[in-house]
Order: sequence, then structure tokens, then C-alpha cells
Amino acid sequence: MKIYADNAATTKMSKTARDAMVQCMDEYYGNPSSLYTIGQLAASKLLEAREEIAGCINADPKGIYFTSGGSEADNQAIISAAEFGRKKNKMHIISTAFEHHAVLHTLMKLERSGFEVTYLDVHENGVVTPEEVEAAIREDTILVTVMYANNEIGTIQPIKEIGAVCKKHGVWFHTDAVQAAGHVKIDVADQNIDMLSISAHKFHGPKGTGVLYARAGIPLTNLIEGGAQEKGKRAGTENLPAIVSMAAALSEACAGMKDAAEKVTALRERLISGLQKIPHSRLNGDRQNRLPGTVNFCFEGIEGESLLLLLDARGISASSGSACTSGSLDPSHVLLSLGLPHEVAHGSLRLSINESNTEEEMDYIVKSVSEVVEYLRDMSPVWEDLIKGRKQFYFE
Amino acid sequence: MEKNKKVLIAMSGGVDSSVAAALLKSEGYECAGVTMKLYENEINDAPALKTCCSADDVYDARSVAAGLDIPYYVFNFKDDFSKQVIDRFVCAYENGMTPNPCIDCNRYMKFEKLHLKAETLGYDYVATGHYARVEYDEGSGRYLLKKGLDANKDQSYVLYCMTQKQLAHTKFPLGEYTKDKIRMLALEYGFINAKKRDSQDICFVPDGDYAGFIKRYTGKDYEKGNFVSRDGEVLGEHKGIIYYTIGQRKGLGLSLKEPAYVCEKRLDTNQVVLGRNEDLYEKSLVACDFNWIAYDRPKGEIRVAAKTRYSQTEAPARAKALDGGMVEVIFDEPVRAVTKGQAVVLYDGDVVVGGGRIV
Repeated sequence: MKIYADNAATTKMSKTARDAMVQCMDEYYGNPSSLYTIGQLAASKLLEAREEIAGCINADPKGIYFTSGGSEADNQAIISAAEFGRKKNKMHIISTAFEHHAVLHTLMKLERSGFEVTYLDVHENGVVTPEEVEAAIREDTILVTVMYANNEIGTIQPIKEIGAVCKKHGVWFHTDAVQAAGHVKIDVADQNIDMLSISAHKFHGPKGTGVLYARAGIPLTNLIEGGAQEKGKRAGTENLPAIVSMAAALSEACAGMKDAAEKVTALRERLISGLQKIPHSRLNGDRQNRLPGTVNFCFEGIEGESLLLLLDARGISASSGSACTSGSLDPSHVLLSLGLPHEVAHGSLRLSINESNTEEEMDYIVKSVSEVVEYLRDMSPVWEDLIKGRKQFYFE
Repeated sequence: MEKNKKVLIAMSGGVDSSVAAALLKSEGYECAGVTMKLYENEINDAPALKTCCSADDVYDARSVAAGLDIPYYVFNFKDDFSKQVIDRFVCAYENGMTPNPCIDCNRYMKFEKLHLKAETLGYDYVATGHYARVEYDEGSGRYLLKKGLDANKDQSYVLYCMTQKQLAHTKFPLGEYTKDKIRMLALEYGFINAKKRDSQDICFVPDGDYAGFIKRYTGKDYEKGNFVSRDGEVLGEHKGIIYYTIGQRKGLGLSLKEPAYVCEKRLDTNQVVLGRNEDLYEKSLVACDFNWIAYDRPKGEIRVAAKTRYSQTEAPARAKALDGGMVEVIFDEPVRAVTKGQAVVLYDGDVVVGGGRIV
């Protein structure tokens, strides 16, 4: 059995998205900035895509800026707020300890240039509260950036309430919605979101394309200088085939969202209850407030690397955390932010499923993980220390 | 008979381990490559030019593995490396010794951690690009560790800690080759790293300033003290005991009438004793933590050739096992700069009899 269970890392493109891309490459190859008819046709496809995407998140199409993906959108949102804040002498930013590195590393860079950043605790359940956000807001706070749903553990934050708090205090609110878009409902107007990041390949769209939404009145700072594309805020000829494909993928995902969420949630619950039977293990993150398809477990006494390789040998593609950090191979900062100790965080497994998975596949995953964990524990010196009482178990 | 056996090759991104992978693959083994991520060199603000396991090295190793069409992984061993290798390295210097961290890395990282990982993942062997040979001796029923055939590159010295079990599950494909031949093969294979220079220094101290590294690592300042002569006369001030090693002449910062060498480091009085070159010669040494490979601990005295540093020629000697894993080595002719913390490895011809740490 071959099971792809790493949809939080990336997804397979849908047929709709693929067809849209191929059609665009064949028929709308013009440069949208060109004057002649072929260029005009491309420009109108670009406009359609912008409107389609805006419609999916209840945004003004004028606030949709196409980027190379979620990381660029995160960078531009934060840098733009910081540039504005610097002029107004507001150099404080609020975020959380478990943001994606596209956010965290941008914030760290700003800290080195004089900004102050408050990283809110995400507690054991991986959820921040609007009250904590409000308590952290100061006179000189320019931006609150809190991710919509966490990429490793899948917990969903109270976005609307955080947005309301920000609105009340006149602070901009950005959310990295890379994991959320296409999977849970987003309404930037209703949820008081000023800026939002999206990446196409997380909802069966193409890689290397994304969106920064910024509401009217937010002055953006360019990361890339050059031509007048994207209202002069992001230079470079638009990647039209990818943009059109992204729009098709997002429309498709939003149209089927309710049914998919219902189905995937049921599969997820089956997976969780199966894996919870493994002794000395724990589901990471809040049981309820989570994405339909994301499950993250820790198993004591094993190393995530070996688990993944042995699951791969059984046909299961999974990850130990974020694919974006696996180059560094350190224990996940997300799991550490939940208060897990270093050695426990090493033994983590993220499974992220989608609507094409089946119950049989969930059962196969549960069986495989159980067997592999037992095998690895038999081989593990750490496990031996734990069962002989030389080390304390962290989970019962 | 070796058909379908699986080998995990430790690939540093250098020429040697790359060719090792190619040789095993051509012999028909089912191969996979792994780079052991041992420490964060880019953040250490050290230039990433000649270190190991940097992003560039990973790139090279991955490129070679892809060319050979074998799976390739990067495993994280940073916590263990820091505990088993760097901490020991620092501790040895703080205690007046001169450690060889490559030996600890082989012992604790490659032949313990990586072997365990390989076994766990179903591999029959671990292979490295060391210039050494493993041979099964029917007569004694033991696995022998032997020198690499290229006398200039032989690395058996840094492998003396290997156990019988480890030897039984280890491949050193380069043992029969010369370095020149390996470079030629790398060019023939068209490897990206065929012309990469060999690593020379301690991998986590690429600039060679080990004392600076220790200071950054521990955050401690090491107290200045006195250089003294063998008669106790104060000759000047030293920068801290960790800065010196036995036999050192350069960089003492003194102008004396005759060349002076570090002969001894006295921890209790924080003194560095200087003397003449002839004062550096020792007739014998004692080693601890001794690992016998060619045979079990012998009862009587044995004739050996003893090597007390990686780049030193062997000296004829007699050795006898003492209690508690200790071994005494008595040289036929005195040997220069026998240094605490370094290894002594005993040879019988090409065969590594065993080795231990000089105390």
C-alpha cells in the first residue's frame, strides 16, 4: 500500500488545477502588461484569477497581491508593517513562539535592527487566547502576527477574536493562513484580518505561487523592485499559469470544503484513536481546535528519523514536523513551544491526510506505526532506560 | 554470498567517502548514503570552507548519491556529538591533556550511534572512507583491523576502539587503494568533489584555534600562569594552560637563550614547564581504557611497534597488560613528546593489536 500522508508539506495538484495551468500555458501565453490583444487576454485571465481568489476569502480584489508563495507573503507583510512602524516610532510587534520560520526569522531580523517582539506562549494545547494578545498590546505596537493554523500540529487560533482585539486597539493584524486556506473557511472582513498569507501548493495548487492579501490603506513595502506589476508592489512578470491554476484550486477547495472537512475529520479521528492506543504517546495540540487533516504525535523513547524511514519502507510518506525545517534536523521549535522536553520532541510524527484517503489506509497507518514504534523501542537504549526506571517517562 | 546485503555509507561530502560509495555500489551491495549532521558550523561564524557537514558538504554528498542512484539521508547527531566528542575534547584540555577528538567521533558517533541506527534500519554494514582494512582471521575466529595499503594515508590509528561486533559489520572499501588512485577514480566517476581538498584540522575547529573555540564553547576565561624551568625558575607568563601542548616550541612568546619546549603542564600550580628538546623523550608510557583487537588481553609481554601520535612513525617496544584495562609500553629507544590524552596504538606488522589512551 502506498499512502501519501504529508499534505501539510505539499499536496498533489488536482486535475482542475493542472488543466487550468496547461490551458493557460497553451492559450494565454502573452504578457499581461502588453498592449496587444494577446497581452490583453492574459491580463483579463489575471484579473479573473484575482477576483476568484478574492471571492474565496471575501476580500476586495484590489487587496490581492500575487507572490512566489507563503514565505514571500509573510516576509512582505511583516516588513511592510515594520517599515511603517519605524516611521511612526512604533517598533513593537506581537507574535507567537510557534510561527513558521518565514515569520520567525523575519521577526528575528527586525529585532536585530531595533524592533522589539513579544512572542506569546502557546500553552500545552497550542492555542493562544485573544486576552493574552490584548494584554501584550502597547502604545508602540504596530503589528500582531499570529498564524491561522499551525503547520506542524494543526491547531487553529481564535482568529476572529484576535482580529477584533487588534481592531479595537488600532493595531494591524496579519495571519499566516498557509495551512488554513482551502481547508477551513476564511473571511477577512468578518474575521478582522488586515493582512493574510496563502500558498497554492497546500490546497492542490502549484508550488512556487501564493498570495499576500492586504486591505486598502496598508502601505506595502517592496521586497522586489522592478516593473509595475501588482500595483508596483511586487515586480516581475506574473506567473500567470500558476496564478490561474491557484485560483482554480482554491475555488475547487472552497466549493468542496464542507464535505471534505467532514470526511477528513472522520478519518483523522480514526487515526487519532488508533494511535492513542500506543503506550507512552501523546497527541500534540488541542483535540478540538485543529485542522481536519493534521495529526501530530510524540512517542517516547524513539527517534523520529528512524520512524519515518521505516514507515517509508512500508509505503507511508509522513514527516516528523515541518518539511521546511528538516534541513536543520533540530527538535521542532513548535513542539518545544508546547513545553515538551528536547528528547521527547525528537520522537515526533506528523501525518497530514486529505479527502482522497480511506479508512483502510488509516487502519494500515495505525498498524504500521504501532509495529514500527514497538520495534524501535526494542532497539532503543533510551527506551531501556525508561522501562528500567533509570529515566522518568514523560507521558503515562 | 554477499548478494542483497545492505550497506549504509557515512558520506561527508568528501572524495574518500564518495568513492567508497561508488565502489560498494559497483560490487553489487544495496547502498544508501548518510551524512551525519554533527554541529552547526554556519552559525559558529566559522568560514564554512573546510569544515565537514556544512550545507555545501551536504550538497556534494547528495550530488554524488544522486549520481550513483542511491538513497541519501542527513541524520541529526548534534546532541550526541556535543556530549560525546566536544565535551570530552574540552574536558581533556581543561585537565592538561591533548585529546584526539577524531578517535572519539569514530568510537561514539560512527561506530556506536551510526551502527545502531544502521542496524535498526535493517542495514548489514556501515561503511566509511577510512584507509584501513578489516579481515576475518579463521585461525583465531576474530576480525582483524589492519592498516590501509597506502602507508601515507593509513588511518587505522584512529580506529583502534572498534569492537569485534563493530568490525564484523564494517566495510572500509578504500583499504586496498592509494589516495592517488581514489582521486583518479573520483575524476573518472565525474564526482563534483573530485578536486576538493582533504580535511586537515579538527572539523569543529576549522581555523585551528582550538583554545579560542574552547573559550567560546565554555564561556570561561582560562587563568594566566607562569612558564617555569625544570628547576622551578620563572621564565615568563603563559596565556592559560589550555593553550599549550607537549613538545610545542612555537608561539610561547618568550625570548630565551636556547630553544624551549613545553615538557609538562602542572594543573595544581597552573604552571607550564619548559625544557630542552632532549627532555621530551620518554622511555615508557601507561595507557588506560585499552581495547585489544587481534587477541584477548595477553598474559605475558608482547613485542610491538607503538605509535603515539597520528602522524608519528612507529617505535619498537614491549607491552604488557596491567590490571584495570591499563597497559604499559616500554620503548626500545626513548620516544619524543609522549602526550597525555593522545592514543597509543600497538601494531604487529600491518595488524592493529590494540590501543588505549595515554595517561
